[in-house]
Amino acid sequence: MFNYFQKIPGVSSFPRQTDLPVLLPYQASSSGDPVDLRFSRWLASSSPWVMVLLFLVISLYPMIVLAQSKYTLEDAFYTLWRWLPFIVGSGFVMNILISFFTMLIGTVAGVILGLGQISVHTPLRKFSWFTTQLFRNSPWLVLLFIVMLTFPYEFEFGDRIISIPDWMKAVFGLSLPIMANISEVVRGAVMSIPTGQWEAAESLAFSRTQTIWKIILPQSFKRMIPPWMNWYAILTMATPLVSLLGVEEIVTLSRQAMEAEDNHPELLIPFFGFALVIFFAYCYPIARWTLKLEKRYSVKL
Amino acid sequence: MTVNNWTPEQPIVSVNNVHKSFGELEVLKGISFDVMKGEVICIIGPSGSGKSTLIRCINALNEINSGSIKVLGLEVNDPDLNKLELRKKVGMVFQQYNLFPHKTALENIMMAPMLVLKESKEDVHSKAQSLIRKVRLEDKQNSFPGELSGGQQQRVAIARSLAMNPDVMLFDEVTAALDPETVKEVLVTIKDLAAEGMTCILVTHEMGFARELADHIYFTDRGVIVEHGPPATFFENAQDPRTKEFLSQIL
Repeated sequence: MFNYFQKIPGVSSFPRQTDLPVLLPYQASSSGDPVDLRFSRWLASSSPWVMVLLFLVISLYPMIVLAQSKYTLEDAFYTLWRWLPFIVGSGFVMNILISFFTMLIGTVAGVILGLGQISVHTPLRKFSWFTTQLFRNSPWLVLLFIVMLTFPYEFEFGDRIISIPDWMKAVFGLSLPIMANISEVVRGAVMSIPTGQWEAAESLAFSRTQTIWKIILPQSFKRMIPPWMNWYAILTMATPLVSLLGVEEIVTLSRQAMEAEDNHPELLIPFFGFALVIFFAYCYPIARWTLKLEKRYSVKL
Repeated sequence: MTVNNWTPEQPIVSVNNVHKSFGELEVLKGISFDVMKGEVICIIGPSGSGKSTLIRCINALNEINSGSIKVLGLEVNDPDLNKLELRKKVGMVFQQYNLFPHKTALENIMMAPMLVLKESKEDVHSKAQSLIRKVRLEDKQNSFPGELSGGQQQRVAIARSLAMNPDVMLFDEVTAALDPETVKEVLVTIKDLAAEGMTCILVTHEMGFARELADHIYFTDRGVIVEHGPPATFFENAQDPRTKEFLSQIL
């Protein structure tokens, strides 16, 4: 015998059972969403205690493992404490900065590309579709390497030379996949507006431009916000990738700090554990907020 | 663009041997009829008989494969047709209302005249006020569509189409999604409109309404007009077995 009925908290006190054929309740799949929010759902589903737990593991693990070592846990945490202003002030702030600029460029380019994907102009639509698919399905690290290693480190404008810092190149590299994914967010949100809205506007003699800007986009805007925030959280988590290319952010600086402290292995867990905690503390509220907004905006009409 | 040489003696809408297919499926197989100015015609028939497709072809929401549809002298089946010019003259009301959910009832009515006809905001506002009184919703003018009942939404949708001062109104099963008690308020609105001399083409399942209001009734089945006539003869004296069967089922 199977349990055919879902337990509804507060309604069904015990799971009812039957061996009669039963029509199962319809469960709306998330396929109707413009873009799925798997990452935000996963992150937001963890309890706030995860942060506390992370902290405890980080503090206790070395205590157990390295009890006999000369370099004590206290030393390790004191070292972290001394380096903290540097790691956060020059490191994590850089991650946030990179995420901001990437999101800015990625969003502007992505919106343009997304509108291109719904254009009636066929070559433009095909080009936008191809560009979107290309960058959406490429490994971020490969895109980063290509941009970092092929982009010039300075531009010549007449007699002026404008140099491009490494982190700015990293921003360009990360912007490409973000652009492609935002393009899909825009397309998905526009497609999720019922065709009746298009037809009503058309039958009132709205031009296509008027239909899109006055009717479709104002309605799809709200639907774009949750997936947009989802991508922002994913992007922020991905910013340490740029440490592989030598950009000075939290992971790069943590490693440099540990090197400066004679590479005691005891330092690994406090330093990288701190990076975990600070990313979690930054992204977790975003994920919770994303799901909250998604719930609010999903109530339509 | 077609030269607009229409005169009131000619049919305001003239449908001639229209064929329309969706892929392999031919939904309209040579439909012809004329509508004179001020006439009310009802198109009835079983589901899937192509009624809605036909009415949607009249304002070019669907393109036709062959034949001709002339609306005030504008040829709909003309690749160079300026669809916006056509749609300024033809109002349409849908089964699902399709109001713009992010705008209030009044804004829904005001949008098209302001954006499309570029009329001044003051003119449009007073016009919208009188239209919303006409559909008896002056107390709901600042409500959003989500706050209105189906019947109220449908009346706003009618007012929204009227704001464009159309010459012809198309109604595509406008009461099919409504509760029986709200159907009446919408039908009364359409009746008022017909009494004022508006040319109306209705696709409907409301037989009593069709009988009372229509000047001419067309019965379609499987893409052809099976039978047509004024309501009295159509309902009392149907000839074709398909019409008889349909009427016996629905009445």
